[in-house]
Amino acid sequence: MINLLAQTGTAPGEFLDGLKGVGAGLGYGLAAIGPGIGIGLVVGNAIQAMARQPEAAGMVRTTMFLGIAFTEALALIGFVVFILIKFA
Amino acid sequence: MSIVAALKFPPIGELLEWKAILFKGSPFAINKIAILSIASAVLTLLFFFVATSKSALVPKGVQNLAESVVDFVRNGIIEQTLGHDGLKYLPFLTSMFCFIFFCNIFEVIPFLQFPATARMAIPIFMAVLVWLIYNIMGMKEQGAWKYFKSQTIPPGVPKALLPLVALIEFVSNFIVRPFSLAVRLFANELAGHLLLVTFATLSATLWTAKPLAVILPLPALMLVLLTGFEVLVAVLQAFIFTILTAVYIGAAVHPEH
Repeated sequence: MINLLAQTGTAPGEFLDGLKGVGAGLGYGLAAIGPGIGIGLVVGNAIQAMARQPEAAGMVRTTMFLGIAFTEALALIGFVVFILIKFA
Repeated sequence: MSIVAALKFPPIGELLEWKAILFKGSPFAINKIAILSIASAVLTLLFFFVATSKSALVPKGVQNLAESVVDFVRNGIIEQTLGHDGLKYLPFLTSMFCFIFFCNIFEVIPFLQFPATARMAIPIFMAVLVWLIYNIMGMKEQGAWKYFKSQTIPPGVPKALLPLVALIEFVSNFIVRPFSLAVRLFANELAGHLLLVTFATLSATLWTAKPLAVILPLPALMLVLLTGFEVLVAVLQAFIFTILTAVYIGAAVHPEH
């Protein structure tokens, strides 16, 4: 690997920057998996509840947004980490 | 002028680092974001002053709008989370909702094009304010020691698990709550702004390369669609911040038994 780098003339700093980018991108992608599944579950179950009991739709919707907000926070923290790795 | 109005693309480095306009170098340096946040505070005040200046029995125009906002916060947020005796928080929650909404909506207003909440300063300040309010109100309603106990020891926990659960509850109620409240608003707005910037840059580059290329459906159409989506996000994030505030106050004032 190092020989290959020497041949193509890439400076080690550039190589590290590239790795940083890969890490940041992978980190955000991994952080998005769980919340993606989680939001799907929250919304799916909320829709089921609304379909079963339409008169409770208002309450279910409020709680659904709360659930989404809590689940989404994880993905957003991943996004913040991405920015920190990439720019800071 | 071009620092404030988005007439041309700023250098990409200024996407996250805005130049000061006034009082350069001092702690009171004012840049575009400071101007926008002051503007949204003024807009919130102005909105309610205009709405209540000539209050008619049958509301029209601005008064109608203001009344529906108050009604929304009252029926959609307070009645659902705090119950009827939470109505004393109505002025605070309504003004906070409007302030965050105005901060967010600058994202899609032409020539401003930046949400004031996409910098950490405004969200973290609001989160600290909310943190202070729910802690102080909880201590006032229950007494300091009882409040602390109700926040750290959930009812019906086995004795053996108590230290662990108390630690987790403490961290989640006193540290993670304000942090996630601030990060949620900040990251949503910043992510929206970056999305819009990406597609706007793409469209502009295509336009300069070959004027007809911008008609190619993806970038330009996506920009239009995402602008609509950002309006939705602006309302939704203001709503979520307000409802979470109400939930936190409710959890502090009326603990579960």
